Order: sequence, then C-alpha cells, then structure tokens
Amino acid sequence: MPDVSEAAIDTIVIGGGLHGLSASLHLARAGRRVVVLERSWVGRHASSSSAAGVRTLNRDLAELPISLESQDMWHNIEAIVGSDCGFRAYGQVNVAEHPKHVAVLEKRLALTRAAGYTHEELIDRAELTRLIPAISSHCVAALIVRTDGAADPHLTLRAFRRSAESAGVTIHEGYGVTAIERVGSDWQVHADGRSFVAPTVVNAAGAWAGDIAAMLGDDIPLGHKASMMIVTERIAPLLKPVVSVVGRPLSFKQSDQGTLVIGGGLQGSADIQAQKSFVDFSELAKGARAATDLFPSVGPLRIVRTWAGMEGKTDDHLPVVGPSPTASGVYHAFGFSGHGFQLVPVVGAILADLIVHGGTNRCIEALSADRLMARRPAA
Amino acid sequence: MSRTADLVIVGAGPAGMAAAVTARRHQLDVLVVDEQAAPGGQIWRDVEAVSCKPQAAFLGNAYHEGLAAVGRFRASGATYEPNTKVWQVEAGPRAFLTRDGAASSVKARSMLLATGAQERPVPFPGWTLPGVMTVGAAQIMLKTSGQVPVEPVWIAANGPLALLYAAQLLKMGGRIAGFLDTTPAIDVSATIPKLAAAAFAAPGDLLKGLGWIVNLRRHVPYIRHVARIEAFGTDRLERFRYETASGVAATVDAHLLLVHEGVVPSIHPTLSLGCVHNWLGGQDCFAPALDAWGETSEAGIFVAGDGGGIGGAAVASLRGEIAGLRIAARAGRISAVEAQAAAQPIRSRLKRALTARSFLDAFYRPRASIFVPADETIACRCEEVSVASIRAQAAIGRPGPNQIKASTRAGMGPCQGRQCSYTIASVLADAEGRQVPDIGLYRVRPPLKPLTLDELASLDDVGCPT
Amino acid sequence: MFRKLHDPEAEAVTVYIDGVPALAEANESAAAVLMRQGSPWARRTPVSNARRAPYCMMGVCFDCVATVDGVASVQTCLAPVHDGMRIDRQIGRRSVTP
Ligand SMILES: Cc1cc2nc3c(=O)[nH]c(=O)nc-3n(C[C@H](O)[C@H](O)[C@H](O)COP(=O)(O)OP(=O)(O)OC[C@H]3O[C@@H](n4cnc5c(N)ncnc54)[C@H](O)[C@@H]3O)c2cc1C
Ligand code: FES
Repeated sequence: MPDVSEAAIDTIVIGGGLHGLSASLHLARAGRRVVVLERSWVGRHASSSSAAGVRTLNRDLAELPISLESQDMWHNIEAIVGSDCGFRAYGQVNVAEHPKHVAVLEKRLALTRAAGYTHEELIDRAELTRLIPAISSHCVAALIVRTDGAADPHLTLRAFRRSAESAGVTIHEGYGVTAIERVGSDWQVHADGRSFVAPTVVNAAGAWAGDIAAMLGDDIPLGHKASMMIVTERIAPLLKPVVSVVGRPLSFKQSDQGTLVIGGGLQGSADIQAQKSFVDFSELAKGARAATDLFPSVGPLRIVRTWAGMEGKTDDHLPVVGPSPTASGVYHAFGFSGHGFQLVPVVGAILADLIVHGGTNRCIEALSADRLMARRPAA
Repeated sequence: MSRTADLVIVGAGPAGMAAAVTARRHQLDVLVVDEQAAPGGQIWRDVEAVSCKPQAAFLGNAYHEGLAAVGRFRASGATYEPNTKVWQVEAGPRAFLTRDGAASSVKARSMLLATGAQERPVPFPGWTLPGVMTVGAAQIMLKTSGQVPVEPVWIAANGPLALLYAAQLLKMGGRIAGFLDTTPAIDVSATIPKLAAAAFAAPGDLLKGLGWIVNLRRHVPYIRHVARIEAFGTDRLERFRYETASGVAATVDAHLLLVHEGVVPSIHPTLSLGCVHNWLGGQDCFAPALDAWGETSEAGIFVAGDGGGIGGAAVASLRGEIAGLRIAARAGRISAVEAQAAAQPIRSRLKRALTARSFLDAFYRPRASIFVPADETIACRCEEVSVASIRAQAAIGRPGPNQIKASTRAGMGPCQGRQCSYTIASVLADAEGRQVPDIGLYRVRPPLKPLTLDELASLDDVGCPT
Repeated sequence: MFRKLHDPEAEAVTVYIDGVPALAEANESAAAVLMRQGSPWARRTPVSNARRAPYCMMGVCFDCVATVDGVASVQTCLAPVHDGMRIDRQIGRRSVTP
C-alpha cells in the first residue's frame, strides 16, 4: 500500500549522494515536491569518500561543455547552497616528469584549442616551481587550469543537504529501494516496508544504479570502481594546487586542515552487493611511490587513514545523464566513473530542466543511456 | 618483501608467548611480532632488563613469573621480531608490517591477534592537560624507569590496577596525597554471590586485593564514591575539583593526577577484519565473538588474551595455549581429538581463573559520567572535538558514529578513535535514547598504526604468494 | 613531575631535549625522560596549539609524539633512548617544506 501519510510527491529521487541531493534541490526550487530515498545515510558512499577535486583539466570533450558550466557554478557555489563548500580555486596541474610526456600535454592542448576551448594552459618548469615550490626539480612542464581546484566533500554534503531540506525536500535515510512497479502512469517505489508513488523517478544510486535501472526496465551495463585514497597527518602549508602526473596514478593536494589527500584512481576491490570495499596495499604502494617521487620531502609523513570508495563506472568512462530510453518518467544520473564530484551542481540543474521543462539546451547527447545499451551484446 | 609462516602472532604478551610456545611444541613455523622493544606485553613490560634493576625488588611475584614466561618463549624457537608495527591485517590471513622503516607482508596459515587491552579512556573536563595521566602510564614508568611522582600524588580511580599501583608506590617510597575511589556504590546482593565464588576459586588473589585496600586506607586520605572530576590549568594541571555522589566537594592544588577506570579489549584489528563482535554488558565493551578455541568469525584468525575480553595475565596465557593447540591441529600437526584432550586440563584451570573475574567486573563497574561526560569535555583528544559538538550533531537526524566522524572530524586523528569511540557511541546513545550496542563504533580504516609514506612506498609485494 | 628512584650509573646516557642535555638510562623510553623534566610535556597540538604530555605510555593516545633524531611524529613512549638522542618537542603542524 502506498504510504497514506505522505503528501502527493512529484519526484522520487533514489540515492542520497551528492547527485541525488543536487537533483532534489534544483527540482524543489522549481516548485516540485521531492522525496529522496537513501539506503543508509546521506553521502555514505562515493560522495563522502571522494577526493572532491573540482577539475575541468583533461576532461573528455564530450562532457566538457557541462563541466565548464559546472565550474562557473562552483565559483558561485555560495549563492547556490549558502556555503563555499570549502571550494578553493588554487588550480589543477598535470605534470610531465619526462620530456617525452610534454608531447602528451601538447597534444591535449592542441585538441582543446582546436575545439575552441582556452581554459587549459601549458607552463614551463620555472612557472611550475613558482606555483609549487615543493615539487621535485625533475618535473619539466605541466598543463594547468588556474580556475580549477578542490572542495571539502563533507562541507559540500552538508550544504547541499541543508539547501535541499530548506527548499522543501524530504530525505528518508535508512530506506533502500527493493522493488519498483508501474501503477497507471505512476511509479510505485518500495523501500524498507514503505512505498512511495510519483510520476517521475530519478535514479542517482551511484554504484548500485544499474540495479535500480533494471527495476525500472532499463538494462544498462554498469561496472564499478573502488578508488583508494590516503590521508596524512596535518602539516604546515605545503602546496595549493591539486597535482596529477602524466602516466602515473596520482592526485595530490593539501586540505584546509593541513592533511595531504592523495589519490589518483588506484583501485582496491569491492563487494558491491555487500557494500564493502577493501584497500589493496600492494597497489596503494604505487601511489605512495608516485607521491614521494614528486614531493620527496613528504616521505616521513604519517599516513593516518586510507580507504576505497565505491562508484559506478561505464565502458567509456562518461556518465549516464538523461531520460530513460524506454521508461517514461525515469531519469538517470550515474556512472560518473570517478569524476562526478565536479559535475554535481550542473547535473542537478539538467535533471530539473528535463523533468520540469521536458528538455534541456545543455549538451548531453553523448551521455545518453542508449549508447551503453546498444553495446550490450545480444543474448 | 613477502614471507610465509604457519602462524603469525601479533603481540608478545602472556597470550602471544604462551601460544607461541604451544605451537612450537608441535613444530609449527611461528613468527611473533610486537611494537615494543622486548617481550612481556604490558604486564611484564621489559621484564628481562628490569629484573636486574633496583625496582625489581618491589614489583612482586607476578612480575617475576613473567621472567620465566619470557624465558620459555625465548627458548621456544619462535622467530621474534620486536619494534615491529602491524598496520594491516587481512583475511587470508595476511599481516602487513613495518620494521626499521621498511614495509613487508606475511602470509600465514593462521593468525593469532594477542594485542591485549588498553585502559578505558577517562574523559572529564581538563583530561587533556599535561599532568593528567593514566595510572597504567605511571605504572609503566615505575616498572621500566623505576620512577615515581616527585610530589605526593593524587589518584582518582576504580579497579584493581590502581590499588596495585598504589601498593607498589608506597612500598617503593612514593607518597600519595589522596586516593579518590571512583567506584560507584554497588548493588551488594548482586555482588555477594560472585564474591563468594571468587573467594572460593582464588582466595589468594582476593586476600591480596583486600590487603592493598586496608593498607591504603591506613596510610592515605581515602575518599569513596567520587562521582565528578574537573581539572584546571593553562598549559599544565594546576588544580582539580572533585565531588562525591553525596555532594561533598573540594578543590585541590596538584600538578599530577593519575586516573584509571579499568581496561577494555584492543579490538581495532578484529574490527578492521570485519569479525563479528559482541557487546559484553558486564565489562561495558565490545569483544570479538570467539569459539571455544579463540577462533573469530574469520576462518584461521584467532584472538587470545585481553583482546578477546578482559581476564588478566593468567587467563591470557591459558587462552593462548588453547588457541595454540587448535592452530596446531589446523596445520595438521595433531589431530582434533588430541587437541581436545590436551585442552581439557587447561580449560579447567581457565574456568577457575575466570570465577574471580565476574566479581571484579561487577564490583568495579565504572561510573556513568565516564561514558557520557559533561558537555565541555573534549571527547576526541586528537581533533579536539567537544562532547557539546557531538550532541549538537546528534540533534540533526539520528547519526551513527561514522556520520559524526564525517561531520565533526572526531576519530579522524592519529589514534584512530582509540580514545573516543566509546565516548561517541555513549553520547549518541544518550542523546538518541538508544543503546550503545546498537549504535556501535566507527568503521576502522587502515592502517591500524600510522605508517609513513616512505614505508608504504617501500612495500614491494611482487611475487607474493596468494 | 617524576623522579628516578635509582642512579642509572653505568647505564647513564645523555639525551638532548630541545637542545638541553638531560640524564637518562639506556633503553628507558624517551617519554619517561620527558616526564622527569621541569617542563614535562611533549608537543603542542596541530588543532589549537594546546600543550600535551604523554598520557597512556603504551602507544595508544599519540599525545607523546615529538621529533626524535630529526624524525617527526615519533611516539616517544615507544622510543628507547640512546646516548646523544635528540628529542625536540613538536609544535603544532610539522613542516616538510623543502
Ligand atoms: C575515492 C574517490 C575519489 C574521487 N575523486 C573525485 C574528484 O577528485 N573529482 C570529481 O569530480 N569526482 C571524484 N570522484 C567521483 C565523485 O565522488 C562521484 O562521481 C560522486 O560523488 C557521485 O555521486 P553520486 O551521488 O552519484 O553517488 P553516491 O555518493 O555513491 O550516492 C549514491 C547513493 O545511492 C544509495 N543507494 C544505492 N542503492 C540504493 C537503493 N536500492 N535504495 C536507496 N538508496 C540506494 C547509496 O547508499 C548512496 O548513498 C571520486 C570518487 C571516489 C570514490
Ligand atoms: S603516551 Fe600515549 S602514545 Fe605515547
């Protein structure tokens, strides 16, 4: 039985990560009555375990238009969610350690320039060491986006949650969706003994979004990632920009608290159904080597925490954002493949466009679910 | 570097050493690692070196029994690696270690976690000031450095360890300004049967304990049922205030205050392994669920000693022996029947040794404010998060410990929640009208002990056996 | 705050606490030596710059960390002293700026 105590709902958002919150916020601000169903608690998975890099640098051209718009939103984030979310635009830098890697950077730059983008810039060793004096002197050049940066995932979660709730969104934590049925033109969503009915559903279930899509009738292949992170003890200010490096797994930055936050996509393992992830230290050692090669002075620092965060991954590493190709009233936002944090503000706005206005003039053609479903080999 | 062993033992205290001796008796290839520089664990800390020092004369028989146990361990043929930190344990079983700045891993057929206990954190306003220390800390200095407080010292405590320390201190010429007994008034009818059982099982221990109390009361001011403590000072302890359950209060000048509220199992390793844990109501703590041999819910991973529930050194040794037998059987060195038969007499001794324990548990229940301290108390020493800010977060939704960690940073510091996890759970339980066992503790994130980036970078597992 | 009951005699070594020589006994912990000094504390916290001293002496609390022989964030309660050891109190966040 549908929950009688519940007032009529326009949209059920499945998944209380940042994308679910952002979609619910934009929808509620457009006057929609929204309920968010979260299996555990808000931000439990990718959104709180994220490195929270806010990066347009080296983005796939297919998602670059929305990424650049999202970047503008990040620079204006306080106006959107009432908090700066710890966002610091200290730049993102992709470093070449060897002269042969400079060619990789040049090729990338040529690609974006040819497509008409000017946000990326190639810098030489002198400028690199001016920006990051702590970096090892063997680094020869870098690609930089000076307006990129990073945010604080916990502050971001808190701000999006608070804004969504004050815009009227109801968040139910501890409600895992187990079944979805079509009832007339509505969807009836069953979650931990309760059911919710609405004409539209947003699937923002992160690493589990493939299961939700299947419940809605869409067979969308979705893999997963278990990206690992290292956090050190707090240290005095060492560097400002976020640093990555050509050809090696590394993303290296310092938080406001002073801890070094080191990631770069090294993979642990995960048991997605059990919602458990495991750090693989033999793999993580590669990240520690990359970090100490680029920043030799950090070797003696203590590692305080490590973890592996679970996230959905698509074949082409691009997310699925848009309406279901088969089921009406269903909208997907998942498969961010390790770089969805930066897209949070804009994807919520896109979903609100689609649901409220029936379309969007933002560029999401390359992100449709069709492209992945078509690739599924016929049974 | 990556190695293999039949058995890897973490911790060279009574349990770990006894298990090593047993396993070696059945020819297992045994590796024992410990972060301390010498075998003995907390109770027999550094006993080999200390036995030739002047303080040895005052440390009592129990300490000298330790010398014999260490001797048996040294002679057992187990490979012993001191100054070694275990920073990750995995099913498999597999342990990751660092020694002399280099990381390596060991794959074993069985793993025994004999990591013992830690003192229960004693949070009250001002407990982070230099000059507030645990009784256990002072006792370690007494044993290993032969050092005592300069001025007559204040002790605010509950439990046998504090009485023992006070007795040792007086014997060695130290002075006590006052003993604030924080043991709450107890339900006598519930304790008497346990007392009788204890007297029957271990009359010697009980008399010894009684002797300490009588002696203490004769020689130093002894204040019972102290319920509240607050410490003051800038940069160091200058004075503290105490109040008894009946409202008698005083403020005294002091530079040193020793506190103690019993010990709790060190469960970080088993938590990080995802082993099943039980709430031990009688001891107000969690402990891994163990079968009769000490095996956890993870196959091949065993716990012996205080890490599986507080029992003291004698119980720890016996449990170590029992686990050693089962581990020998797992390795095929003895049959299950042989293990069972060999364990029989040890189990009877274990039963006797445990009878006194339930009396101690019932008698020395910590006071309630240890669990839910006053708002201005720092709950997380590392990140300096107050009880008030935990409460403020508890008012938003019904957060669990992991959400509190994310929103307040409590538990994110280098001690990894070892000093605050119970406080957080209890404050949340109090604020949300729930019970500690269903709130639970933080998820433990590796490494179990801090390791440096250089150390991790040195880990080279290429070609490691899986 | 604490005093030794005996004279270390043959086992005596000298350590340097913030550069000031102090008498110690070989293999006792650096934290125990700190607790015998006129200023018995080990570090200032990186969060509020508050002073902290060894609390547990058994490797649990991390309030005893100091820079030992140039290596920062060492748990002094687990560090046996040797002749000439340099123990520097650690003030707030350590710096690794090259
Ligand atoms: C270690 C790591 C580092 C990263 N670094 C960066 C970075 O630097 N920059 C960047 O842009 N991005 C980064 N990302 C990616 C970014 O964090 C994610 O793309 C983003 O947070 C995804 O948000 P989400 O809401 O889609 O997923 P999630 O936050 O995982 O939310 C999905 C939610 O759905 C819930 N759910 C699942 N199934 C059900 C069900 N049946 N019923 C109800 N609820 C359900 C889950 O409990 C979960 O809370 C990183 C990710 C990781 C893991
Ligand atoms: S005094 Fe607690 S870790 Fe050293």
